[in-house]
Amino acid sequence: MKIETRERDGVTILDLKGKITIGVGDVAVRDAVEAALEGGNNNILLNMEDVSTMDSSGIGEIVAAYTTVTNKGGKLRLYGIPPRVSDILQITQLVTVLDILDDEEEAVASYQ
Amino acid sequence: MTETQIADVKLSIDSQFENIELVQAVLEDSLSRLQLDDDSRYWIGIAVREAVANAIKHGNKQDPEKQVTVDLGVSNGALRIQIADDGEGFDPSQVADPLNPDNLLKPSGRGIFYMKRFMDDIEYSFGPTGGTIVTLNKKLGSEATGSAEDNAGGNLE
Repeated sequence: MKIETRERDGVTILDLKGKITIGVGDVAVRDAVEAALEGGNNNILLNMEDVSTMDSSGIGEIVAAYTTVTNKGGKLRLYGIPPRVSDILQITQLVTVLDILDDEEEAVASYQ
Repeated sequence: MTETQIADVKLSIDSQFENIELVQAVLEDSLSRLQLDDDSRYWIGIAVREAVANAIKHGNKQDPEKQVTVDLGVSNGALRIQIADDGEGFDPSQVADPLNPDNLLKPSGRGIFYMKRFMDDIEYSFGPTGGTIVTLNKKLGSEATGSAEDNAGGNLE
């Protein structure tokens, strides 16, 4: 799992690449979200386009990040969900609670 | 050429999360010889990752001195994968339903759910001196195809 952080129009975008799985990727996501919050931006966007696999721990970290950001008055959203990750979000019914958008343009605009 | 039989594989790993990748590599090599489509191989891999992760985390409490064993084979037209740990065992019936609206935003508790969704059948047994053995079964042949969505209507016990 590699994560690059960038800013666009007041939104912190985390580009996630690789596996969000137990022991490696899940911790990386947690650390990146915490770093973004410590940087003072509560509007965080997860770019999922290059996520290849997400196990239950990875799902757990996304959910925990969503709750943490929401509790701080911010908004955590996701975009660019690959088909198999989409399947996981569907069967876990997390599509009903997470804010998911199609692409970066739409996602960034949603914060304005 | 795909087959309906493969050599039995037995693997033993230390209880460290990075060893899940080793299990995945061995599993993918074996599954590539079977009549399974890409989706089925992918979701079986996810289910096995969950079972091994549970064995390392909840069973062996990440004690690297304790082993997790993975047995893989084909019998009666079905793939059978057993994952065993040296832990204290647990009661599967006590695991909460992650689809309950009260649990949707809980960060944990989806591992067994993943296994049930992506395999045809899972069974738990407990060794005479402790430890949990989870057996994952998947039918092979024409019934082996399917995506996670196809299995999404199953029940979570």
